[in-house]
Amino acid sequence: MDSENEYNSSQMSDDGFMEDSDVDMDDGECLLFAAVLSESDFEVEEEDDVGFETQDKDIKPTKHAYEVDFNVFSPADIHAQQDKQIAETSSILEQPPEATAILLRHSRWNKEKLVEAYLERREEVLEEAGLGEEVQKHPPKVMKVPGFVCDICCDDDEDMETFAMKCGHRFCVDCYKRYLRTKIKDEGEAARIRCPGDKCNRIVDSKSLDLLLPPDLRDRYNELINRTYVDDKENLKWCPAPNCVYAVDCKIKDRELMRIVPTVHCNCGHYFCFGCTLNDHQPAPCALVKKWMKKCEDDSETANWISANTKECPKCHSTIEKNGGCNHMTCRKCRNEFCWMCMGVWSEHGTAWYNCNRYEEKSGHDARDAQARSRQSLERYLHYYNRYANHEQSAKLDKDIYLKTEKKMTQLQNSTGMSWIEVQFLDAASQALQQCRQTLKWTYAFAYYLARNNLTEIFEDNQKDLEMAVENLSEMFEKPIDQLKGLKRDMLDKTAYCNKRRIILLDDTATNLKDGEFSCAFGMMGFNVTLP
Amino acid sequence: MSSVAKKRILKEYAECSNDLPSGMKVIFDEANLTKWDVVMEGPAESPYAVCLELAMCFDKRSLMHQGGHFKLEINFPNDYPFKPPVVNFKTKVYHPNVSNDDKGSMCLGMLRPEEWKPPNKVISVLHLIQNLLVEPNIDDAIETSIANDYKTNRAEFNKTAQDWVKRYAK
Ligand SMILES: [Zn+2]
Ligand SMILES: [Zn+2]
Ligand SMILES: [Zn+2]
Ligand SMILES: [Zn+2]
Ligand SMILES: [Zn+2]
Ligand SMILES: [Zn+2]
Repeated sequence: MDSENEYNSSQMSDDGFMEDSDVDMDDGECLLFAAVLSESDFEVEEEDDVGFETQDKDIKPTKHAYEVDFNVFSPADIHAQQDKQIAETSSILEQPPEATAILLRHSRWNKEKLVEAYLERREEVLEEAGLGEEVQKHPPKVMKVPGFVCDICCDDDEDMETFAMKCGHRFCVDCYKRYLRTKIKDEGEAARIRCPGDKCNRIVDSKSLDLLLPPDLRDRYNELINRTYVDDKENLKWCPAPNCVYAVDCKIKDRELMRIVPTVHCNCGHYFCFGCTLNDHQPAPCALVKKWMKKCEDDSETANWISANTKECPKCHSTIEKNGGCNHMTCRKCRNEFCWMCMGVWSEHGTAWYNCNRYEEKSGHDARDAQARSRQSLERYLHYYNRYANHEQSAKLDKDIYLKTEKKMTQLQNSTGMSWIEVQFLDAASQALQQCRQTLKWTYAFAYYLARNNLTEIFEDNQKDLEMAVENLSEMFEKPIDQLKGLKRDMLDKTAYCNKRRIILLDDTATNLKDGEFSCAFGMMGFNVTLP
Repeated sequence: MSSVAKKRILKEYAECSNDLPSGMKVIFDEANLTKWDVVMEGPAESPYAVCLELAMCFDKRSLMHQGGHFKLEINFPNDYPFKPPVVNFKTKVYHPNVSNDDKGSMCLGMLRPEEWKPPNKVISVLHLIQNLLVEPNIDDAIETSIANDYKTNRAEFNKTAQDWVKRYAK
């Protein structure tokens, strides 16, 4: 985009497009992006064109419009964060750290609120948090008590070690430990384990746990405590990748999700959306993704045939199976070259009038009666769904091919003596394909909800450029193994170009989204915002 | 079953006979400590007993009719008393807090794992059950439609409860 001020949202007129954009005037469809939130809510990131060739955050000094600030924390970091806050608050409240921890957890780590409430009504706050009435003042310790009978196991052994917190509910140490084990191991409880005493609500503090817990339980306890901490903090979320132990910190608030798609990158390698924790779905905002997936689910029967893996050659009608990610198909029988997505002639795709990605709205005349309009509405949906599903499918096929290729490359490595480093270009290409197809997939869901205006043209041009770049690379990827070696330079260039096109698309789209420049294709008003 | 559990169950059995709620009987098999069979009469002040106060609604024969007899099973988990005993009604009963299926399970108050404390005793559970027959806990209902019936149409609720007593709890 040349000028950021070219499109002023308050003057934006898309009335002309609204008339024939869609008949499906469901208010619920009308999310979107409009200029209702005040501009000051969003910092404008500076943009820079350098660094296309690298994905590495550490090297890149500036941030793109589609990137958000975030930090990845390990379990140890999360533990340290809590300790730090406990120490700070402890000195303000003049409570020992173990009691402060209970107070903070009870107030869901809202320090300001806790301190305020504590100063106003100390006794109540203590009671609510499970630090009520204290019967014994001395610090809890394990000891023998003559004549003691444990109310759990009924033992009265003279030598029996016993324990009680400040509430005075005393049990033998064995029973206390078994109680804690049941709570931690079986019930997954940690932050809110109550005293075993009948009707007692006192929370078992960390000091008592230190005296009683064996190491294996202590690890599990810390894990559970960390889990509660992350769950309680609005700006922290666990990485959803299976078995991943990291949590991500991001300051993006829910109300900003209409205009920002906060993709974060975990240390485990997984890209996910901080807003909804689904896989990266840039450039489409979370609410739109949710709507789209719901729609796809509802309409799955209509759409199922579309994503099928076999189609007929548009020329000779012989059945053609797709077994790679590339959409440039050649019929084995008649040698017809066509596009898998639009079934159009492929030769036109590499040229300026390529418009495989664009849905051509029918003129108003065609769509007079309800039946025609509803057919048009379905056609429009299928256009986008077809391409969405196709990229999803192609990403899988690309990956299959890569896995096969990887195996062959290992063989090639062994036979030709090519080094591991030298075959890495395939890995880079595969990753670029995956990432770009993921982005392309969501551009189609995004485009489905877009009302036509001059911005959508730019969006579609970007989409087309990325799509062409991806198909070119994908095609190369399917070449026989013995040719791959000679294609290294070309493939590296094409990989870099794909990544570059992706960044341009995401950057442009994110900027416009942030500025509220897009409008929704559904409903009467482009500015209609329905929060999710 | 742990030795703590055995010791506790034996002790509780020895102690509970004095405190048993009226109309309740525990059948205890020393060979199988983990299960207590309980027979319980529907409490007089509840629709689970067909008693004189309610005779108005019935024909003459009901005057002689005794309270319903409900069979319950109490199962002790291996790690009792660190986990609560499990209560099942073996006799079908129309009650918001008893699941209307072949299990007849109850899960509320002290019977819930997060509420149960190891010093709690079965005798308290038995008292809880009897109190619930007198006064169901609507907020913690397991059968919402029965709870609704109880809330909005007490007469109908009582009638169904009594029908079930006659049918299942003789
Ligand atoms: Zn004990
Ligand atoms: Zn206590
Ligand atoms: Zn991760
Ligand atoms: Zn999201
Ligand atoms: Zn053909
Ligand atoms: Zn095409």
